[in-house]
Amino acid sequence: MLLIHCPYCEETLPEVEFTYAGEAHIARPENPAEMSDEDWQQFLFMRDNVKGDHFERWRHLHGCGRFFNAVRNTITDKFLTTYEAGAPRPDLAALKSSVSEGQK
Amino acid sequence: MTRFNAFTLLKNAVTGHKDWTEQWPDSQPKAEYDVVIVGAGGHGLGAAYYLATQHGITNIAVIDKGWLGGGNTGRNTTIIRSNYLYDESARLFDHSVDLWQNLSQELNYNVMYSNRGCLMLAHNVHDVQSFKRHVHANRLNGVDNRWLTPEECKEYCPPINIAKDARYPVMGGALQERAGTARHDAVAWGYARGAAARGVDIIQNCAVTAIRRNPDGSVAGVDTEKGFIKAGKVAVSASGHNTQVMATADVRLPLESMPLQALVSEPVKPIFPCVVMSNAVHAYCSQSDKGELVIGSGTDQYVSYSQRGGLPLIEHTVAAISEVFPIFNRMRMLRKWAGITDNTPDRSPIIGKTPVKNLYVNCGWGTGGFKATPGSAHVFAWTIAKDEPHPINAPFTLDRFRTGRLIDEAAAAAVAH
Repeated sequence: MLLIHCPYCEETLPEVEFTYAGEAHIARPENPAEMSDEDWQQFLFMRDNVKGDHFERWRHLHGCGRFFNAVRNTITDKFLTTYEAGAPRPDLAALKSSVSEGQK
Repeated sequence: MTRFNAFTLLKNAVTGHKDWTEQWPDSQPKAEYDVVIVGAGGHGLGAAYYLATQHGITNIAVIDKGWLGGGNTGRNTTIIRSNYLYDESARLFDHSVDLWQNLSQELNYNVMYSNRGCLMLAHNVHDVQSFKRHVHANRLNGVDNRWLTPEECKEYCPPINIAKDARYPVMGGALQERAGTARHDAVAWGYARGAAARGVDIIQNCAVTAIRRNPDGSVAGVDTEKGFIKAGKVAVSASGHNTQVMATADVRLPLESMPLQALVSEPVKPIFPCVVMSNAVHAYCSQSDKGELVIGSGTDQYVSYSQRGGLPLIEHTVAAISEVFPIFNRMRMLRKWAGITDNTPDRSPIIGKTPVKNLYVNCGWGTGGFKATPGSAHVFAWTIAKDEPHPINAPFTLDRFRTGRLIDEAAAAAVAH
């Protein structure tokens, strides 16, 4: 079972408290009326489906109820970090070195 | 290729079964092929078989990063059915069920297709209404499906609990009698043997690292772990890894890869005569010829390539099985595994041409690809050979995510299927 750290509750809790909410950092279009069908296709449906370190959204459904972002490796299923929604993408290289430091 | 029949069986029995010839050679890649198919699962091998038998194209390589049939073809719960709601899906899946009927004879290989029937249980008023709608829609499309009362369900499949005081009482069920199961490995092996006998090279343990393109944008071939292979056409059916393979040709796909788990129980004597699915409590179950109960449910909720999946989902699945079949609640489970399924937003597959000339894709089968193997392979071969879709797969384009003409089986089933 995945153990997930909620950045709002600041607790690490079992996966069953959370729901997955897809790829993170997909911004809503600022001017929907100007979007072409091609743009909508990219926004609504196309996904990177990353094999490796994946930026994704989770929701602490059976807790605080809030959405947050995470970086998880989709091969090992290990979380590198979780952070509040709206925060910028964390620097992957720095994250990886701090995670490997922590494991030593 | 040695044809399998009573005479050859007898002949080989006399010599202690030591003289059987290999069913397909372990080929090494040639420098050039007319068609390269990426992914040696049932869909890819089947496409090679139909290209060779129906379209006269035999200079084909089927390349896989692992062993043939080692991906989702060998990891599913072998259920075959075609009781889909929408016209497009009904045509596609029923085409497949048609081909299943005589597949063993066609391939001279026993795929153990068994039309033991698939019963979908309704547990609430909404289920009853939507399943009856399914029954009517299916019958209008010539797909067999009929409504059973709880008592008739119990008669068809005795282990079902139809007690009125159950937490999720059985209020009836939709039965497709032509549905059933088949031996999943044998499907891959049968197509592999049939294709290899007609000159198709099956190249295993050789990952395709990139699709290479000509200066004019069309496909040039594939880079593999064993070097570059030139190809007139490239067809990709790599299930969970379609995104990665197609990205090397700059084609983005609307896919998310998620683990789909399955498990089997200890083998027991025949007790379970059909396939039963329950969407409301969410699990499905059948019994293999070895005697194991074969059990599955939905995917894990997150993108993952781990081929393991999480235990909460297994707990949910066996809880559902214990609810519908209390008789099984002390049964021991032997093993569980996962396959990586590529899911589209509308839970319907994409079979057809791509924006890249001479590049074709057959993907997005999600959790329901095994049942479609023969039909999918057949129409995919047609598409590759003629450079245009067969009427059956014409609606299943990549472009539907731009035009908005989705085939929304996700909404129709409200469940992974």
